[in-house]
Amino acid sequence: MRLKKTLCLILALAMTLMMVACGDGNANAGDAGNIKIGVILVGDETEGYTAAHMEGIKTAAASLGIKDDQIIWKYKVEENSTCYDAAVDLVGQGCNMVISNSYGHQTFMVQAAEEYPDVTFVSMTGDFAAISGLDNFTNAFTKVYESRYVSGVVAGMKLKELLDNGTLSAQTQPNSFDANGNVKVGYVGAFAYAEVVSGYTAFFLGIQSVVPNTVMEVMYTNSWFDIDKEGAAAEALVANGAVIIGQHADSTGAPAAVQKLLDNGTICYSIGYNIDMLATAPTAALTSATNTWSVFYKHAFETVMKGEKLEADWAGGYAQDAVAITKLGESCAAGTAEKVAEIEGALKAGTLHVFDTNTFTVGGEKVTSAPCDMSFMDWSTMTAIYQGETVEAIKDGYFAESEFRSAPYFSLRIDGITEDADPVQ
Amino acid sequence: MSSDISKKPETVNNAAKSQTTGNTAAKEPFLRIAKKDTTSLKNKILIRALSILFALVLDALFIFFVTGLNPFAVYGKMFAGTFGSSIRFSWAMRDLVSLLCIGVALAPAFKMKFWNIGAEGQVLMGGLITSLIMVYFGQSMPTWLLFPVMFLASILGGALWGFIPAFFKAKWKTNETLFTLMMNYIAISFVACAVNILRGQASSLGKLNMSTKIGWFPMFLGQRYNINILIVVLLTFGMFFYLKYTKHGYEIAVVGESENTAKYAGINVSKVIMRTMAISGAICGLCGFLLVCGRDQTISTSTAGGNGFTAIIVAWLAKFNTFYMALIAFLLTFLSKGAGEIASAYGLNDFAASIIEGIILFCILGSEFFINYKMIFRQKDKKGEN
Repeated sequence: MRLKKTLCLILALAMTLMMVACGDGNANAGDAGNIKIGVILVGDETEGYTAAHMEGIKTAAASLGIKDDQIIWKYKVEENSTCYDAAVDLVGQGCNMVISNSYGHQTFMVQAAEEYPDVTFVSMTGDFAAISGLDNFTNAFTKVYESRYVSGVVAGMKLKELLDNGTLSAQTQPNSFDANGNVKVGYVGAFAYAEVVSGYTAFFLGIQSVVPNTVMEVMYTNSWFDIDKEGAAAEALVANGAVIIGQHADSTGAPAAVQKLLDNGTICYSIGYNIDMLATAPTAALTSATNTWSVFYKHAFETVMKGEKLEADWAGGYAQDAVAITKLGESCAAGTAEKVAEIEGALKAGTLHVFDTNTFTVGGEKVTSAPCDMSFMDWSTMTAIYQGETVEAIKDGYFAESEFRSAPYFSLRIDGITEDADPVQ
Repeated sequence: MSSDISKKPETVNNAAKSQTTGNTAAKEPFLRIAKKDTTSLKNKILIRALSILFALVLDALFIFFVTGLNPFAVYGKMFAGTFGSSIRFSWAMRDLVSLLCIGVALAPAFKMKFWNIGAEGQVLMGGLITSLIMVYFGQSMPTWLLFPVMFLASILGGALWGFIPAFFKAKWKTNETLFTLMMNYIAISFVACAVNILRGQASSLGKLNMSTKIGWFPMFLGQRYNINILIVVLLTFGMFFYLKYTKHGYEIAVVGESENTAKYAGINVSKVIMRTMAISGAICGLCGFLLVCGRDQTISTSTAGGNGFTAIIVAWLAKFNTFYMALIAFLLTFLSKGAGEIASAYGLNDFAASIIEGIILFCILGSEFFINYKMIFRQKDKKGEN
């Protein structure tokens, strides 16, 4: 008897739970507004890259009056079939727009996009929406190479100041000059992908626009986020003579290492990425290149709310205010702010092109042609999953990065930059 | 037995009373713990149900006081994680069989008291071989041949990964726990290396044979993974009968109880160890095949996703009965789906959801104590009071 009573109790409890579950479902379905957004995130708010996307989505939603309960978040979704599950589940919860924030999500997002043609899918930083043949599957990326160029100008101004006032010379820090008298700078890169190559080249060209006689060493960590490796890479680069350390990796490892070396008397400064590094490196950090994701999200939400189709590729730079540099650090050279304003204005107006072919050479020669294959390849079988055109990226005297596709495709290795063959250990 | 439990509070009260009245004559300890000989099914169910209820109450306190949410609404979400829609339920079943399959694979090894901590690696080896065949022979082999080849190769790969530590154990008495554990890391490195080769210049691998879909399980009752569910159900029955009704199963049980007894009974212990581990590894390898063809259509170091370790809990809690394993695997899947849904629905950091999951798991594991042991309180005044 007692067992029966207990079972009854448990059953009653279970039924109550079911009713609660059903009740919630109805409440969500009755929301006002014609947009419901599902967000698939590779991390959560404790991870910088994802935090920047969350911030962008929240800012955009708030400015458009989209309520909190119109956004459903899925955290820590891996780049495997769980991403597909998450996308389908979000559609099942009534989302008419699903966004994923990591590159590796895209092959799973496209699978869901094929099955739900009425839902808009956005695979951030992805690279095959335009050739996928689906008009509900889109990609977006910022022209972050523009802000990297500007951060390079900031670094160049600092270098010039150090050279002009004699702080940095062949006497004070001989290791920082190569045999031809060029000043050495360094860059901590995550992987040898076009995205990173495009970024470090822009950064280097920014420095060279102020101090032409520079050379750069790039060291890879083979990880997007690894505080220890990024710190170790920065230390190794400074040991090789680099005076400025740029980065395309997500942690504060490099600025922290540079700050320590600066405090110990080495002349070296840091340019960060994503977030302001001044808290980590108060005197070593000059600035950071960042994305302002809310610009894209606002555009995307508005488009879906109006019932219109989102473009397959969206790439925004200074012209759209989608990229920026963070607050200038106290160590920046005098006149930096004015110079930055001038360069940003020129980028905005389109009078300055980051990859102007007059400013760099490959193998000692000016680049006149750079065919880029836009196909999405299956490298294991060497077949094209989505066949794209091969475009000529050089036009009007510059390399047209992010114009044929939002994801970067600049992968020329220009003179003056050496990539280390082995990643940092 | 149930009456005993209901009287517990009473005896506690009695004990308290006897203390307040200054009765110090009793030298018997206030609480003793003794092993139970048997527990009836009814009591097992009752104890487990009470433990879940207790966990729900504890969780409700945590939810209410720490997160400030309504515990019933949170439980509703948790329930919806698995039962919220038919597709969620089918995913839960898919994930359940992924875990159960490894549990089934571990059952014979554990029953033999061979601590196979290497399921993760054995699954990965099966999955890796499947992936390589899928990519490099997919176009040159007809489909009717490709699937049997992948099937057999994955079984061989897993079996080899299970056999190596067993061989060393049988020949040189090496420690199988460490050996199988280390084999995981070797397998993970192999997979990482293969993924780097397969992805070429792309920054992530994505789906294998994405343009041709060669080597993907066909749709079966609407989903590719329904084939996984079917195969694992068959395996669950098969392993149950193998362990319970075959000569092999008996030998495994004897070796597990006592190697000396087994030797005395004329059982070739080395042979049983190697054979059983090859079977254990083979089923893990098969699991890798199912995961790659039926669920992921890709390979990565997280293909096994820690299930190789979680399955140890599954096999152990179920005392190697494959049907109980299905129940426990269901519970674990239900909890993890529920935790994910709670994190998503309330924007909670998923650590908070994990705490809720952890409390439930802790109480259920703790209930095993009350099933296997009884607590005997001091019952001096029992007769006088009544």
